[in-house]
Amino acid sequence: MGEWRAYAALGVAQIRSVTVYRASFLVEVFGNMGATVFDVLTVLVLFRATPEVGGFSLREAVLIVGLSSAGFALADFAVGNVDRLKTYVRAGTLDAVLVRPLPALPQLLLMDLPIRKTLRVVFGLVVLGVAVAANDIHWTPLRLFLIVLTPLAATVFFGSIFVLSASLAFWWVDSGEIGAAFTYGGRDFTSYPISVYGSWFRNLFAYALGFGFVAYQPALALLGRADPLGLPAWAGFLSPLVALGAATIAAGVWRAGIRHYRSTGS
Amino acid sequence: MDQRDASVPTISRLGPFRASVATFGALIGSGFRRYATYRQATIAGTFTNIVFGFLRCYVLLAVAEQAAGQRPGGYDAEQLALYVWVGQGLLSVIGIWGWTELADRIRTGDIAADLLRPIAPVTAYLAADLGRALHGMMTRFGPPLLAGALFFPLHTPQRWQTVPLFALSVLLAVIICFGCRYVVNSTAYWLQDARGPITLWTLGSGVLGGLYFPLRLLPQEFLVMLWLATPLPSLLQAPLDVIAERDGPALQAGLVVVQAGWAVAMLALAGLLQRRAEKRLVVQGG
Repeated sequence: MGEWRAYAALGVAQIRSVTVYRASFLVEVFGNMGATVFDVLTVLVLFRATPEVGGFSLREAVLIVGLSSAGFALADFAVGNVDRLKTYVRAGTLDAVLVRPLPALPQLLLMDLPIRKTLRVVFGLVVLGVAVAANDIHWTPLRLFLIVLTPLAATVFFGSIFVLSASLAFWWVDSGEIGAAFTYGGRDFTSYPISVYGSWFRNLFAYALGFGFVAYQPALALLGRADPLGLPAWAGFLSPLVALGAATIAAGVWRAGIRHYRSTGS
Repeated sequence: MDQRDASVPTISRLGPFRASVATFGALIGSGFRRYATYRQATIAGTFTNIVFGFLRCYVLLAVAEQAAGQRPGGYDAEQLALYVWVGQGLLSVIGIWGWTELADRIRTGDIAADLLRPIAPVTAYLAADLGRALHGMMTRFGPPLLAGALFFPLHTPQRWQTVPLFALSVLLAVIICFGCRYVVNSTAYWLQDARGPITLWTLGSGVLGGLYFPLRLLPQEFLVMLWLATPLPSLLQAPLDVIAERDGPALQAGLVVVQAGWAVAMLALAGLLQRRAEKRLVVQGG
C-alpha cells in the first residue's frame, strides 16, 4: 500500500510540474504526436511515387504501420523515458534513486512521467483503426484475438528493447545514440514490409532480433496472405512468445546492470 | 604608472581586424576540441547513422524499383542511395538535433556570463558551432558514406563543379542550421522554457529538411513554397541535391544561392533577437 502511495506521489509531482509551463506543455503534446504523424505521412508520401512497395499495396502497408506505431507509441509512453538513464548514470543522479526503498525502474519511469506522449498513443491507435477498416479483413475469432494481442505484444517487445538499450549505459556510459539504432531503428524497420530489406539485414533484424514478428507477420495473418519470404501462416501468432523472450532478457540484463553500477562519485 | 589611461591594455599586437579573426579562430578550435573529447559517443553515433542508412536506403530502393520509370522524384537508384548515405553522414555535421545549450543557459541564468564577454553571443556560439561541424565532417561524415559505398552502388558526381559546390553548400547549411537553432533557443528569453519550440523545430527540420524522404516526392507547388518561405529545405535537401546532381548545372548552383540568402537572413534574425532580448533580459537565478 505504502509503496503505491509513493508511486502516486511521484506521478502527481510530475503532473504538477508540467502544469507550470502550460504553453510549452501543449506544444510538446502536439509535437510528440507530430513525430508519429510524420512517420505515417512518410509512408503515404512514398506511396505517391509507386503503387507497390516490396509487393505490398498502400492499404496493406498502412496495416503494418498501424500495428507498429500503436505498439511503439504505447511502449514509448510506458517506458520510453528509460533512455535518459545514461544521463543519470553519467551525472550520478542514479544514486538518489537507488537509496530509496523502491525498485529503481518504476521510479525512473515516474521521475519524468511522459504525459506529453498521450496524444501520440491515441494517434497510433487511430491509425491502426483506420488500417483495419481500410483492409477487407475476413474476421474469424482467431483474427479478432490477434488484432488485440499484436499491439500488446508489440508494446512489450518495444518496451524490452527500450530497457535493453538503456541498460547499455551501465557498462558503457558514453553509449550515446547507439540505443536509438534499435528503438527508433526498430520502429522504422517494422513500419515497412520486411520484403524490402536486403537478405542479411533482414535476417539480422527480423529473425535474429525478432522485429519481423512485431507487425509484419501478424499483418500477413490478419490479411490471410502467404508470406512471400516463406514463413508458415502460424508465424503471425508468434509475437507474444517473441515479446516474452525479449522481456525476460531485458529483465535479466537490467538486474545485472543495477548490480554492476558503481556511482561516479565526486 | 606613467601615462596609462583606464582602457584595457591589449594583449595582442595585432590590429583590431586580425585580433577578431584570431579570436574567432580560437573559438572554432575550442568547439572542435570539445567534441573531440567524446570519442566513444562519436563511435556510437556513427553506428546509429549507419543502421538508419540501411533502413532508409532499402526502403527508397524498393520504392524506386516499382515507381514510374524507376525514377521516383527524378532520382535514379544510384542517386537515391547517395542521397541516403550522404544524408546520414551530414546529419551530425549540420546538427539539426539536440542543441539546447543556449536555452538551458538562459533558463539557469548562466547566460549572464556570456553577456559579460567582449564578443557578441551570436558570434561566439557560431564559432563554436563551426568547430563542432568541422569535427563532425572529419569523423562522422566518412564512415556512413563508406558503408554505403561498400553495400550499394552510389552515384559518382559527373560535373567538375559538384564537389566544390557541395562543400560550399554544406558550410551554408551549417550556418543556416546554427541560425535556426539560435532563434529557436532564444525563445527562452521570452518563454523561460523553450522545450515547446525545440520540439517543433526537431520535428519540422527532420521531415521538411529532407531527412525522412527526398522532398521532391511532394507536390511541386508546395515544394517551391517550402524552399522560398522556410529555411528547412536548405538544411539537408540542398547539399544532398547538389551532390546527387538531381538538377541541371544552373538549378544546382541556384540551390546554393537560395541557401546563401537564408544564411544571411537567419544570422540577421538571430542577431536581432539577441539584441531585443538583451534590452528586456532579467537574469534568472541568484
